[in-house]
Amino acid sequence: MDKVKRSDPAFVRYGLTGLTYGIVGVLVAIPLVAVFHYAFSRGLGTYFDNLFNNADTRHAIFLTMVVAPLAVALNVVFGIAAAWAIARFRFPGRGLLTTLIDLPFSVSPVVAGLLFVLIFGANAPLGEWLKDHGYKVIFAPPGLVLATAFVTFPFVARELIPVMEAIGPEEELAARSLGASGWQLFWRVTLPNIKWGLLYGVILCNARAMGEFGAVYVVSGRIGGQTDTIPIQVQKLFDTPGENGLPAAFALASVLTLLALVTLVAKVLIEPKLRAAEERPTEPEA
Amino acid sequence: MSSVSRRALPGFRLGLGYTVFYLSVLVLIPLAACVFKASSLSWSEFLAAVWSDRAVAAYKLTFGVALVAALANVILGLIVAWTLVRYDFPFKRFVDALVDVPLALPTAVAGLVYASLYVENGWLGQFLVPLGIEAAYTRLGIVLVLVFTGFPFVVRTVQPVLADLDAEVEEAAAVLGASRWQTFRRVLLPTLIPPALTGFALAFARGLGEYGSVIFISSNMPFQTEIAAVLIVSRLEEYAYAEAAAIACVLLAFSFLLLALINFIERWSQRHG
Repeated sequence: MDKVKRSDPAFVRYGLTGLTYGIVGVLVAIPLVAVFHYAFSRGLGTYFDNLFNNADTRHAIFLTMVVAPLAVALNVVFGIAAAWAIARFRFPGRGLLTTLIDLPFSVSPVVAGLLFVLIFGANAPLGEWLKDHGYKVIFAPPGLVLATAFVTFPFVARELIPVMEAIGPEEELAARSLGASGWQLFWRVTLPNIKWGLLYGVILCNARAMGEFGAVYVVSGRIGGQTDTIPIQVQKLFDTPGENGLPAAFALASVLTLLALVTLVAKVLIEPKLRAAEERPTEPEA
Repeated sequence: MSSVSRRALPGFRLGLGYTVFYLSVLVLIPLAACVFKASSLSWSEFLAAVWSDRAVAAYKLTFGVALVAALANVILGLIVAWTLVRYDFPFKRFVDALVDVPLALPTAVAGLVYASLYVENGWLGQFLVPLGIEAAYTRLGIVLVLVFTGFPFVVRTVQPVLADLDAEVEEAAAVLGASRWQTFRRVLLPTLIPPALTGFALAFARGLGEYGSVIFISSNMPFQTEIAAVLIVSRLEEYAYAEAAAIACVLLAFSFLLLALINFIERWSQRHG
C-alpha cells in the first residue's frame, strides 16, 4: 500500500488524534476514574462500611446475584434453541423470526417494565388470579427476573446464530451418520464448537442484566431490603439527603463499574478465539 | 448454504417450538397486552392521554435530545473511527477498548457519575459552570448522557467499513489530481454515509428509550426536563395504567419505525455497497 498517497497532512493527523484522546477522555476515561475517586474519597474503611454495613445495600447485592443469573439462564436456553432452529434449518418465516428476536433492543426499558405491570399488576386479571393463589409477580423477584430477561432477551441468540452458521453442519451430520443420539450430538459436537460464542453472549447478557435499571425500576416497586437491586439502591443512596449518601452511592456504583471493566477485558480476550473458531477450515460441502 | 434437510439433523421441532413459545410468552404477548390496555380507552381518552400539553412537551424534549445526541455522535464517531483505523498513536488499543465502555457500564452508574462531574464543584463543572455552561439538572445534561450511551454505535458501524476500504480507490483519486479533501468528500464520504446512518439510527433509538442515566442528571420537571419515559413512570405511580400504556404505545410505534428504517438502510447499503 502506498502510504504517501493515503496519508493525511501532519496537522490533520495530530489534530484528529488529539480530538480522539479528548473525546474518549471526557466521555469515558474521566467518568471511569471519577467513580473510583468518589468511591474511595473517604478511605478504604468507609468504602467497605458503605458496601457491607448497610442491610439494604447487602440485600441489593444479594438480589442482583440471584436475579441476573436466572435471567441469563432463561436466555441461554432460548438462545441455543433459536440458534439451532435458525442456523441449521430453512423454514417459512425464518427472516421474520430473526427480526423479532431483536425486537426487545428497540423497546425502552421503562416500557418493558410497564408491559409486565400491565399483565401481572394488581388490577390485571392474571395478576389478581395469581394473587388469590398466593403468587406475587410484580413488586417481587419473579417480576424482576421477567423484566431483566426481556431487556437482555436477544444477547445470547444474536451471538450464537452467526457462530453456528459459520461453523456449518458438517461435523454434526457426520456424528449423526455415525449413530450419535440427539443429546450426544449436542453435548459432544455442537456445544464444544459454540462454547466461545456462548460464553461471549453470556458475559454480555450478564453485564446488562446486573446493570439493568429502567425495567427493574418499574416492576420492583422499590421496596428497600426486598426488591431493590444494585442499580436501584445506587439511585436511592444518591437521593439520600445529607453528606453520606453520595459516597455510598459511588461505593456501590464502583462494584458495577468493576463488573463492566471485567466484562470488557473478557470480551477482548474471547474475541480472537471466536474469530479463530469461525474461520476454522471445515470440509467442503458435499 | 449451511441449512440441512430436516430429516438429517434432529431437534428442528423442539428448537423452533421452544423459540416461538419463549418469544411469545416473554415478548409478543406482553407487547399485545400493552396495545390491548391502551385500547381500553375511548378515542377521546386516548388522545387526551397521548396528546396532553405535558405529553407533547415530553415527546418534543425526548426527540430533541435524542436527535441532538445522535447527530453529535455521528461527528464524534467519524473522528474517532477515522483516527483508530488510519493512525498509530500511543495507547491505541486501550482507547479502542474504552469505546465499548458505554455498552457495558450500567446506565445508572453513567447518570450518577455524570451528574457529579458537571455540578458546580465537580471535576468538569468547576471549569464549565463559571463559563455559563450548566449541564447538571438541565437539558444539556440529558444530551450529554445520551451522547455517552450512544457513543459506541457510530464508531463501531463505521470502523469496519473504513478498514475494508480499498486503498487503490484513494490512490486513483490522488493520481487523477484530487486533493486530499476532495478525495475524502467525493470518494470516502459516500461510502461512509450508510454505516454512519445505521450508527445514527441505533444511537437515536437508544436515546429515545433511555431512562436510567437521564433521571440522575435531569431535574425531571414537567414541561422542562421531563422525557417520555419519566412521564410513563409518573403516570404509573398515579396508577393511571391505561394512560401509561397509551404513551408507551406512541413510544413503541416510533421505536419500531426506527427499527424498520435501520433494516432498510442495511439492506439498501448491501445492495449498493
